[in-house]
Amino acid sequence: MKIINLILLAMKALQRNKLRALLTMLGIIIGVASVITMMSIGEGSKQSINNSLSSMGSNMITIMPQSNEPGGARIMGSSFKTLTIKDVDALKKNAAHIASISPLASSSGQSISGANNWPTTIQGVSPEYLDIRKLSVQDGIIFSEQDVKSSAKVCLLGKTVVDNLFPGGESPLGKVIRFGKIPLQVIGVLTPKGTSNFGQDQDDIIIAPYTTVQKRVLSSIYFNQIYASATKEDDSDAAVDEANTALRETHKLREGEENDFQIRTQAELMTMLNSTSSMMTALLTAVASISLVIGGIGIMNIMYVSVTERTREIGLRMSIGARGVDILLQFLIEAVMISVTGGVIGVILGISAAIIIPAMLNWPTVISEFSIIISFLVCAITGIFFGYYPALKASGLDPIEALRYE
Amino acid sequence: MSNKILEIRDVKREFIMGTETVRALKGVSFDVNAGEFVTIMGSSGSGKTTLLNMLGCLDKPTEGTYLLDNVNVKELSKDELAKLRNTKIGFVFQAYNLLPRTTALENVELPLMYNPLISSQERKDRAIAALQAVKLDGRFDHTPNQLSGGQQQRVAIARALVNEPVMILADEATGNLDTRTSYEIMSLMQDLNSNGKTIVFVTHEPDIAAFSTRTVMLRDGKVQKDTENINRRWAKEALASLPESDDY
Repeated sequence: MKIINLILLAMKALQRNKLRALLTMLGIIIGVASVITMMSIGEGSKQSINNSLSSMGSNMITIMPQSNEPGGARIMGSSFKTLTIKDVDALKKNAAHIASISPLASSSGQSISGANNWPTTIQGVSPEYLDIRKLSVQDGIIFSEQDVKSSAKVCLLGKTVVDNLFPGGESPLGKVIRFGKIPLQVIGVLTPKGTSNFGQDQDDIIIAPYTTVQKRVLSSIYFNQIYASATKEDDSDAAVDEANTALRETHKLREGEENDFQIRTQAELMTMLNSTSSMMTALLTAVASISLVIGGIGIMNIMYVSVTERTREIGLRMSIGARGVDILLQFLIEAVMISVTGGVIGVILGISAAIIIPAMLNWPTVISEFSIIISFLVCAITGIFFGYYPALKASGLDPIEALRYE
Repeated sequence: MSNKILEIRDVKREFIMGTETVRALKGVSFDVNAGEFVTIMGSSGSGKTTLLNMLGCLDKPTEGTYLLDNVNVKELSKDELAKLRNTKIGFVFQAYNLLPRTTALENVELPLMYNPLISSQERKDRAIAALQAVKLDGRFDHTPNQLSGGQQQRVAIARALVNEPVMILADEATGNLDTRTSYEIMSLMQDLNSNGKTIVFVTHEPDIAAFSTRTVMLRDGKVQKDTENINRRWAKEALASLPESDDY
């Protein structure tokens, strides 16, 4: 029989049992739809992580203090006191692939302006910090090297701090606020960056020269972190190596001794976060594909029923000249048609879900063609695989017995 | 070239049931010439059904030769047998075996669907012609459950005719029908036969056998009697002699 006739025949057979065909498809529909939805959620979160990381500067390198004492209670990296201005100078001098560098000394505390106050974090940095972290000044100016040298009592405010200290909407420029007991003059306001991927408000900060924070707020010579940027994104690894050598030298670490600092690149962070989200995606997709398999078994089941039901029809078709392969194809095409129709409906549902989810739950989704092609192929293969055995059974029937089947 | 449609020589068929061998046919020989209307008769267990399966190329003999239109059936593969059934034999079954929920026209088209040489237009034309030949104009779009038993059997006969077979093979074609309808079907068969169709009709009713030109009587896997029907009856006359008030 010609293929086109077989397809028409399969369509007719499915039309006759619409409800049954639909119920059989349901497993495939749910499977395909959930695979596509899961993959688009995974892809979406991966992309939003990447976006937010590159908005933080994709060539950024972070250096944090770390304990090199084995054993004992492990405590937060930033509370170790190993990084000083000597390290910053050494990096400036020896690391050729580092473009700009800024130490960070931060402290939490209460900021006060007149009758308003707000708990926030002050970050003591150098002017390069803004470049490295991709921050910019919306109003006013950034402090100068001179301000750093003189530990000037100046600061820049993030939007959240401005909103809380100056609720009336007046410009904070030129005003003097206090952080703890230290009066600071506001010389600039930062461009808002919004909430980070990890739910952190990136505008809830005060930026001041690191000398000011070290001397006047913390009374300490240590830094919590050092931020640097590599000359190019590709130079990150070279920059890390140089920084490693330079810091080991300044810290007078002997060969074999563990580092008392830790260097992280943005690329590493990206890989780490992505691997977490990839794993989640893989897990969810695996769960979703189980329902594809169950859908396939459903097809197999219903095709067996269909073959048994239509034994006499098969016998008749054989007696009037159908070859085994004609019967095989008839049932195989029917099974594939169930699974492919289910696949199409599933793809449509999956795409709709991927469009609706961001609107309802505020999760980012990205529909990848890959997931659509893959799930479509999988369900076509499912149809062939699970339809083949019932079809084989049908084609192997003895026409004599099939004709007399009750 | 002879005008022999069927040539059956010493055909034997044995079935192995577990350890026992059942010999359904023990050496059957007869010929059927073109244009004959042969009835094969026999009580149950006489090997009638086995012979029918053999004649219909659904089964192959264990021993002996069976030539259908000069083709030795025993030498053919499964697919070649299917092709032979498709082009040379028209089946008519006791239970009609029409596809349910499928129109009369589509049912009649079915054998031609398995012949890739026939276009869809030719298929339709030939199906319409076949339905007209069995006097079912105006019922093309009716499905089997909208047709009476006699009409369904006529659709089945149209289906058997549509591929222009060398032989129509009927298996108890009147078994499910009342007397009047049986006679109508036999009348149709006789008309087809007068137009040159070769018909082999399997039945166990002597009444029906009387309408054919020749009767082959099987008994215990062998031909017991092979006789020309001298007093051939005509179904049209038999129909006329039936009391009119049969259906009330």
